[in-house]
Amino acid sequence: MTEWFAIIMGTCLFVLMIPVIYRICVGPTGFDRILAVNVIGTKTAVLLVIIGTLYDRVEMFVDFALTYALLNFVAAIIVSRYLNRTISLKEMEAREKAKKEAKAS
Amino acid sequence: MNFSVWGCPEAKIYFAPMVVYPILIFLFLLLNWVILSGKFDVFHLGLGLISCFVVAWVSHDLLFHDRKKGMSARLREAWTFIRYLPWITWEVVKANLHVFKLAMTKKGYEEMSPRVVTFETYLKTDFAKFVLANSITLTPGTITMLIRGDIFHVHTMSQFLEDDLLTGAIERKVAEVFEPEVLENR
Amino acid sequence: MIESLSTLVLATTPDAGNEGFMLLKIVGIVSGILGLIFFLGSAVGMLRFPDFYTRMHAAGKGDTLSTMLMLGGFGFVTMDDFSLGSWLLLIKILGVVLFIYLTTPTSSHALMRAAFEDDEMPMTEEDLKKSKKRGKKKS
Repeated sequence: MTEWFAIIMGTCLFVLMIPVIYRICVGPTGFDRILAVNVIGTKTAVLLVIIGTLYDRVEMFVDFALTYALLNFVAAIIVSRYLNRTISLKEMEAREKAKKEAKAS
Repeated sequence: MNFSVWGCPEAKIYFAPMVVYPILIFLFLLLNWVILSGKFDVFHLGLGLISCFVVAWVSHDLLFHDRKKGMSARLREAWTFIRYLPWITWEVVKANLHVFKLAMTKKGYEEMSPRVVTFETYLKTDFAKFVLANSITLTPGTITMLIRGDIFHVHTMSQFLEDDLLTGAIERKVAEVFEPEVLENR
Repeated sequence: MIESLSTLVLATTPDAGNEGFMLLKIVGIVSGILGLIFFLGSAVGMLRFPDFYTRMHAAGKGDTLSTMLMLGGFGFVTMDDFSLGSWLLLIKILGVVLFIYLTTPTSSHALMRAAFEDDEMPMTEEDLKKSKKRGKKKS
C-alpha cells in the first residue's frame, strides 16, 4: 500500500508542477522565473523522499533532500543578489527626499 | 555566577558567559552530528567529538549575540518561543486557506487589492526583527518587502487584513518572546 | 535509552503490531493529500495572479505549508517499527521540515527586496481595475 501511495503521490506532484513550468517559460520578468525555479526546487526535495520510499533507502535519500534544499536556498539568495542593480540605501533615501521636495514645490 | 573582585565591588567578572556558551554550542553541534551520522561506534563518535570541539573553539563568539543575559532569561526565552510556534503554524494554515480562496474562486479574485503599507517597529535586536519579518511573511495576506533600520515596508493583498498588522498583534507576540521589558513600558 | 523507551511503548500497548502502524499510515496519507491540495492552490495562484508581488504571496506561503505536510506525512508512512533507526529517520525528516520552514520566507524576502530595488513598482489598486476592465472589453 505504501508503494502505491508513493507512486500516485509522485505522479500528482509531477502533474501539478506543469503550471509552474509554464511560469518559467513565459515569465514576464527574470524574478518570476527564479521564483518558479525556487518552488520547483522545494518540491524536488519532496520528490526525492518519495523516490527513497520506492527504493527502500529513505535514510540515504533524506540526506540528498536536505542538500537539495540547502543548494536551492543558496541559489535563490545568490541570484537575488546578482539581479538587482545594487542601489545603496542612502541613495534610495536621497531619491525619496527628492520626490517629496518635488511634490511639495 | 558573578564574582566581585576583592577590593573593588563595582567590578564584576561575568564568569558564566565565558564558559557556558561554548559548552552550549558544543553540545548543539554534537547533537547535530549524532542525528546526521546515525552510527554509534567509537571511531565515528571520536571523529564527531574532535570536529565539534574544533568548530566550537574557532567560532565560539558567533552564536548568542547578547551575552549579558542570564541563564534564567535564556530559559524563559526558549520556553516562550516554543509556545509561540503553534500560534504561527495556525497562522500559516489560515494564510494558505486565504491564498486558496483568492486563487480558486472568482469572488475572491475580485476583492484583491494590493498596496504597500509602511510602519515603524519598536523592536531593537536584529534577531527579533528577523523573527518579526518571517512572521509577517507567514501571516495571511502580508509579505515583508524591505527593512530599512526600524522601518518596515509591507506588501498587503486584501483590505481587511491590514488592520491586524497596523494594530500590532504580531509585533506584540514577538515582543513577548524576546523583549518583555519593552512591552512593560507601553 | 530510546530503545528501552520504545520497548516500553510496545509492551504497554497491547496488540500494537498492526493497528497502531495502520493509524500512523492513515494520518500520513491524509496529511500528504492535504499538502497536495494546498500545492494545487499555490500552483493555480502562480498561474493566475496579475503581477510579480502577488505571485510571491502564493509561492511563499503555499510552499511552506505544503512541503511541511507532505514531508511529515512521508515521515509517518515510512515508520515501520519503533527501532532506533526509524526514530533517527523521523527526526531527520523533521529537520528538513524545520530547515524549509526557516528558509522559504527568507529567500522570498530576498527576491522581493531585489525586485523592489530593481525599480519594478508593485501594482496598485487602480492598475488592477484598469487591467480588469481591459480584460472584460477583450472578452
